[in-house]
Amino acid sequence: MAALVRLTEQMDDIINNIYDRKNQAEEERLLEYKSAVRVQAWFRASRVRSYLKHANESATKVQRAWRGFLGRRYFRVLLKNTLFIMKLNHYNKMSCKIQKIWRGYYVRKYIFNYYSRRRYLEALQVKNETIRAELAEFAEQQDAARKREEEKNEKKRQEYKARKMHHLVSTEVMPGIYNSPFLPYPSEVEYLLRSVKPLIRKKTPDKEPKFDPVCASYNPKPPTVLPPIPQKPQGPFREPADVQKQRYKPFQPSLRVATDFLSLEKARQQLKDAEWITRINDNILQPFTHRSVPYEPLLHTTSKFGHLPYGTKFFRHEYIDRHVVPQNFKTLVPPIPIFDKLNDTYSQGQV
Amino acid sequence: MSRQVLQVFEQYQKSRTQFVQTVAELASRPQNIETLQNAGVMSLLRPLLLDIVPAIQQTAALALGRLANYNDDLAEAVVKGDILPQLVYSLAEQNRFYKKAAAFVLRAVAKHSPQLAQSVVDCGALDALVICLEEFDPGVKESAAWALGYIARHNAELAQAVVDAGAVPLLVLCIQEPEMSLKRIAASALSDICKHSPELAQTVVDAGAIAHLAQMILNQDAKLKRQVFSALSQIAKHSVDLAEMVVEAEIFPAVLTCLKDPDEYVKKNVATLIREIAKHTPELAQLIVNAGGVAAVVDYVGESRCNVRLPGIMMLGYVAAHSENLAMAVIVSKGVVQLAIALSEEQEDHIQAAAAWALGQIGRHTPEHAKAVAVANVLPKLLQCYLRADASEDLQTKSKKALKNILQKCVHLPALEPLLHDAPPNILKHVVGQFSKVLPHDSKARRLFVTSGGLKKIQEIKAEPGSALGEYINTINNCYPEEIVKYYSPGYSDALLERVEQFNPKV
Repeated sequence: MAALVRLTEQMDDIINNIYDRKNQAEEERLLEYKSAVRVQAWFRASRVRSYLKHANESATKVQRAWRGFLGRRYFRVLLKNTLFIMKLNHYNKMSCKIQKIWRGYYVRKYIFNYYSRRRYLEALQVKNETIRAELAEFAEQQDAARKREEEKNEKKRQEYKARKMHHLVSTEVMPGIYNSPFLPYPSEVEYLLRSVKPLIRKKTPDKEPKFDPVCASYNPKPPTVLPPIPQKPQGPFREPADVQKQRYKPFQPSLRVATDFLSLEKARQQLKDAEWITRINDNILQPFTHRSVPYEPLLHTTSKFGHLPYGTKFFRHEYIDRHVVPQNFKTLVPPIPIFDKLNDTYSQGQV
Repeated sequence: MSRQVLQVFEQYQKSRTQFVQTVAELASRPQNIETLQNAGVMSLLRPLLLDIVPAIQQTAALALGRLANYNDDLAEAVVKGDILPQLVYSLAEQNRFYKKAAAFVLRAVAKHSPQLAQSVVDCGALDALVICLEEFDPGVKESAAWALGYIARHNAELAQAVVDAGAVPLLVLCIQEPEMSLKRIAASALSDICKHSPELAQTVVDAGAIAHLAQMILNQDAKLKRQVFSALSQIAKHSVDLAEMVVEAEIFPAVLTCLKDPDEYVKKNVATLIREIAKHTPELAQLIVNAGGVAAVVDYVGESRCNVRLPGIMMLGYVAAHSENLAMAVIVSKGVVQLAIALSEEQEDHIQAAAAWALGQIGRHTPEHAKAVAVANVLPKLLQCYLRADASEDLQTKSKKALKNILQKCVHLPALEPLLHDAPPNILKHVVGQFSKVLPHDSKARRLFVTSGGLKKIQEIKAEPGSALGEYINTINNCYPEEIVKYYSPGYSDALLERVEQFNPKV
């Protein structure tokens, strides 16, 4: 009872206490709830995370393997390609080098050889120089010849003039106009006049041209006056009938003239023609030495069985297996010593 | 009694003779011809051709020939007067003096025009003339050959007619005669026949003319040499085969000596011959070069003037055009210098054009060739020829082409510099192009280009963007630092001053 009393006494306290506790619990409940949620959240989250992590890891593992596989496959292709390209480049480079060397060689040998070109051009220059020198020399020669000719002509002209003026030459008694007594010596013309002969009057050239046997009627000039008509006919003439007869008498050629130049050939031809008419066969006879007979092959050579083994084959049997030794039989005659000595110790004819 | 009668005849003959002689004499002076024509001389001379006295016939023919020689109206009058058939008929009949006179008339008629020559041919003159070529007398042969040559020179048909009449072998025989004048005229006739077509030339060659012509190369007579070289060049000009046949007659190096001949026409014809041979193939050109022909021609170009040097200039061009090797041969033979001299000192357009063309052919092969040409200071002259106001169209095109050919190969910059300053845009394009090719690879040249004022000039050129010229200018500008390009750009000083105005000094 006491307990009840105590309890009753303490009831307020207890109630208060409970109330307080309840209030406190009420107060704390949200907090606790939140805490519980957090704890749960954390736990669940970590569980999910760990799962996710695991899943991710697994996926990564799978992907790694797969990608590794793909990558390796790609790498191999890439490697192949790269290698191919490298090789290609290398080969290109090498072929370039070969082509370069070959082309260089070819061009230098056959198309443009610098040294030969230079040699050629140098030779050409030398040739040009020689040609120029030769031409210059030639021109000089020509000039000199021309000048000589001119001088000769000039001299001739002077001489001719001097000959024409020869009457001006001074005589023993009378000095000429070119030989002035007031000068110490006569002028050049005077010497020239002295050196030439006087010009003699020209001969009149022949009116008639010279006789030329080739030309039948050389003189083309017709007579300037008509020929005079004769006054009366001359001479005792023959009868006109006679003349006519003489004129139109038939031509009587000599046998030699009458014979044709080709008469022999013609006669031969005639003979040949006559013979040809009577001939039966037109084939031309040919001497037998020139006859050509078509080649007739032998029966032996044409038969498909071939040659008879005549003369090449021997009909005696040889039994090689019965030979004692495989070598053929050889005669072995002992040498006769006296014969060996024949030319050494003995002279011929004395044995 | 009869004497009196005869006297009348004698008198008549005398006065006829006197008449024709006087007319023939008068006809030899040009101033009398019109009067003679008005006096009706043609109709008076015609009956005298049929005179019984041969001397009168000859003199009448001579007078007719002189009249017909004077101009083509009179020649036509001779044709219309039906005189030709008569002449042709008597050409076969009469003596050699008359033949000469008749051939002279035919020649005088035929020389004026193809129609007149055709009318001479239509009269059957060719056969008669060819028969005259077989005559013994050289004078007759000469005049017949002369007439045949005059007929053949007009056109290919007439020449073919002469050939068909069988004149060529006889003309070749005439060349071999000892008389100089006959040789000359026969060679000239052959030349006239060959000049028209390869077939005609081949006919002449087949008659064996080349060997005989080649023999006369070293003859002393200048006039003969003229004709010989003319004939050879007319033969050689048609085809490679014919040219080779001419060369095979071993005319080299003998012809080269004739380039030193005192006679102008001989020189000209020789140069023409060499040109005609050289133009066909590189091999023939090489043969001439190896014989030293180029040096001789170069000397010849240097020594001669005006039209005479033209074939030499063209020969150098032809030789250089074949291959770079031959062009180099021309250069080492000092051909460029002579061509440059010819280009500058000749006044006539066609010779300048030929020289420009030849230089273009020399310079177009490699930079080495172009340099050789440019060093001779040819480019400004070519430009001058191109820009000259009174230059003919041919000269302009030739010099432009030559300039272009040379510039496209030229990398010798000092020679290109002057062109920058005075070339028109279409030439400038090539000049700038060459600079744009060289400058990126040559630092010394870049420096020189700036100091010589080239870069400045380049900046002043107005080029449309996108054009070739603009491209080249860009390439050049890219070779230089930007400041230098800006420095030389026109208007840069203004821009600088503007910057000075806008500059705010920090105080």
